[in-house]
Amino acid sequence: MNNDTKPPEVLRQKFDKIIEVKNVTKIFDDVTVVDDVNLSVRRGEFITLLGPSGCGKTTLLRMIAGFETPTNGRIFLEGQDVTDLPPHKRNINTVFQKYALFPHLNVFKNVAFGLKLKNIPDGYKTDKNGGFKLDKNGEKIPLTRKFTKGEIEEKVARALKLVGLDAYGHRDVTSLSGGQQQRVAIARALVCEPKVLLLDEPLGALDLKMRKDMQIELMDMHSRLGITFVYVTHDQEEALTMSNNVVVIKDGVIQQYGSPKKIYDEPSNAFVASFIGESNIISATMKSDFNVNFCGVDFKCLDKGFAKNESVDLVVRPEDIIIKKAGGKGALSGVVTQCIFKGTYYEMNVLANGYEFTVQNTAEHKTGSEVTLDVEPDGIHIMKKQRTVNEYVTEVDGENTVALFGGSFEFVNNLGFAKGDKVVARIAFDKVELTDDESDGTVGGNIAQTLYKGSYYQVQVYTDDDDDIFVDTADEWDTDDRVGIVVAPEAISVERFVEETESDSAEGEEDNG
Amino acid sequence: MSKTKKALCRAFIYLMLVIIYLPILVLVIYSFTTSKSIGVWNGFTLSLYAQVFSDAEMMSAVGNSLLVALVSSLLATLIGTLAAVGIFYTRAKWYKTLLNLTSQVTMVNADIVTGVSFMMLFLVFGLIPKGYLTLIIAHTMITVPYVIMNVMPRLSQLNPNLYEAGLDLGASPVRTFVTVLLPQLIPAMISGFALAFTLSLDDFVVTKFVNGDVATISTYLYNKIAKKGVMPELRALSSLIFVAILAVLAGINIFSHKRNAKEKK
Repeated sequence: MNNDTKPPEVLRQKFDKIIEVKNVTKIFDDVTVVDDVNLSVRRGEFITLLGPSGCGKTTLLRMIAGFETPTNGRIFLEGQDVTDLPPHKRNINTVFQKYALFPHLNVFKNVAFGLKLKNIPDGYKTDKNGGFKLDKNGEKIPLTRKFTKGEIEEKVARALKLVGLDAYGHRDVTSLSGGQQQRVAIARALVCEPKVLLLDEPLGALDLKMRKDMQIELMDMHSRLGITFVYVTHDQEEALTMSNNVVVIKDGVIQQYGSPKKIYDEPSNAFVASFIGESNIISATMKSDFNVNFCGVDFKCLDKGFAKNESVDLVVRPEDIIIKKAGGKGALSGVVTQCIFKGTYYEMNVLANGYEFTVQNTAEHKTGSEVTLDVEPDGIHIMKKQRTVNEYVTEVDGENTVALFGGSFEFVNNLGFAKGDKVVARIAFDKVELTDDESDGTVGGNIAQTLYKGSYYQVQVYTDDDDDIFVDTADEWDTDDRVGIVVAPEAISVERFVEETESDSAEGEEDNG
Repeated sequence: MSKTKKALCRAFIYLMLVIIYLPILVLVIYSFTTSKSIGVWNGFTLSLYAQVFSDAEMMSAVGNSLLVALVSSLLATLIGTLAAVGIFYTRAKWYKTLLNLTSQVTMVNADIVTGVSFMMLFLVFGLIPKGYLTLIIAHTMITVPYVIMNVMPRLSQLNPNLYEAGLDLGASPVRTFVTVLLPQLIPAMISGFALAFTLSLDDFVVTKFVNGDVATISTYLYNKIAKKGVMPELRALSSLIFVAILAVLAGINIFSHKRNAKEKK
């Protein structure tokens, strides 16, 4: 047990982080689902774990609930290490995706289930004379009791009222609609007055209209009750609407942590930008501070601190592109290739200088019409490139071959490396070739993600050896497809590996003050 | 055209039912007449049934059978349900498959092999005198797989988070099992119990190897037929067993039908 000797006031301040996840890793059958995650949740916060399916967000939530034990790392609740505490001893309740109501109990009994089990403090042990009995450390001995029938009835009634199901206590849960069942599940969790409420895609099974209503109700409940909410979803709109802070997760690694606005306006990398809302992601060059070049044109921007002529990723949201009929002034001229009416706006694809832009505007520009495009400086967001070249530390494994991705690749050995030499191999993004048939490649891999960058696709491929390769290609590849990987010998540049003390740049969580 | 087709289909079904039930029907009809051989009708009478109920030896065999069936199927229901839950929640896939397979082997194993191996086992542990105890042990073991087979599908139909929801609300694992899981499994347990009961009631091969001097219906009939041939009152006894099992089957069907209707509501 935790034997903290500090006075409670000091602890309380420290505890303002109600949940702390420290270096948590979870491995299922050799697959790393959550990879060294650090995360703090403030008391009273509404935080959302957002990511595509299979990104590890639900596993992270289940570890906080206690249904899974981390392979590595620790989880703290109010400063107390709960990593090995079973779920029924944690003061946390969960709302499950498919409700998980007890079908043999009616609504009232479902909600009362947790209350009946709860032990609540009930004064201290007294001796025969009416004084307090003391234990061997001279402390009063606390007593607990169960809730009385009356108390339970009152609390259940209040919880059902909170979710708008006052009159439903006697109903069979199987006779309720999906939305009503989810309300019962929320009442059942909230009635226990947990420190933290975990919600695992709770609105996933509801229809759109019901989902929108429940979003507002959940936000309302959160602000009224002051309970910390940890919400899991793959729906970016839901995350942006509801939460104080959003944690974007991909492949078990936190990509960005921040307020919805910050995540939308200043995505930390191309993945976050493409996952959160529609966006145009383009490779660009920083000419100087506040000056960026893309599509062959210089633009003013608000970003600085990059090296001169550094290659960067650039995001422009479709609604930030100013589109006008040709003839007026504008930085880029192009042709509309597609125009779709989306209800409140038109979404148009515009081809300009060989790049394809998605533009949203309330004014219609018909397919084939000539237009000019422009972007205000605050519509441009510059991101550091995750990587500019594929680089691997490996060794020469044959006369003219180097070990890469669990295979052996031929290279031009004009520096006379011998077998066993430790080297750095670099391959440019556009020098990697992908083949449809896995057996045509030197090694095989899975497509992890595909990003359209205006004029080409940037594909991330995971090899079976757990390396990842960035590939620039003209073709679109489907996520999870198996492909073969081919690299021409002259495309691999090999250099002797020089040991250096590498200071690991902080990965994942980014502290926003 | 399609009318004749329909009629043909229906005729086929009736034909099949007649083929299946004809022997039993004949047996039941001739249980109401006293003639020594089937085919001769010498008047309607209930005297064969009276004979069955007045035959102390026969009644004790019926009593033994019911006792063994009741105790062993209760035990099998308990063990089988726990086993099914254990297997279902096993995480390692290969281990789960292995457990699933081993739990089914006695179901497909030849009865004669099972019977002989039980006999050998009880010989090795010579302390156990053959009788009620050995019968109950053997019958429990051969019916456990049928209970597992009944409970398992019900488990996979359940909401996967149900057990976790119980834990989440503060119930210990044991309490969650009893108050959350068990109520969901009761219908499957009842049909598993009924199946185990009927299987135990009419088992002969395994019983013959382990019964010692306790006679059950099947061993009693076997001994009687071996000695005296088919006596008329056996017709009445067989009819009674048939009707009893029919009643159990009908009971299960009505029960599960009602339950389904309730769940659909």
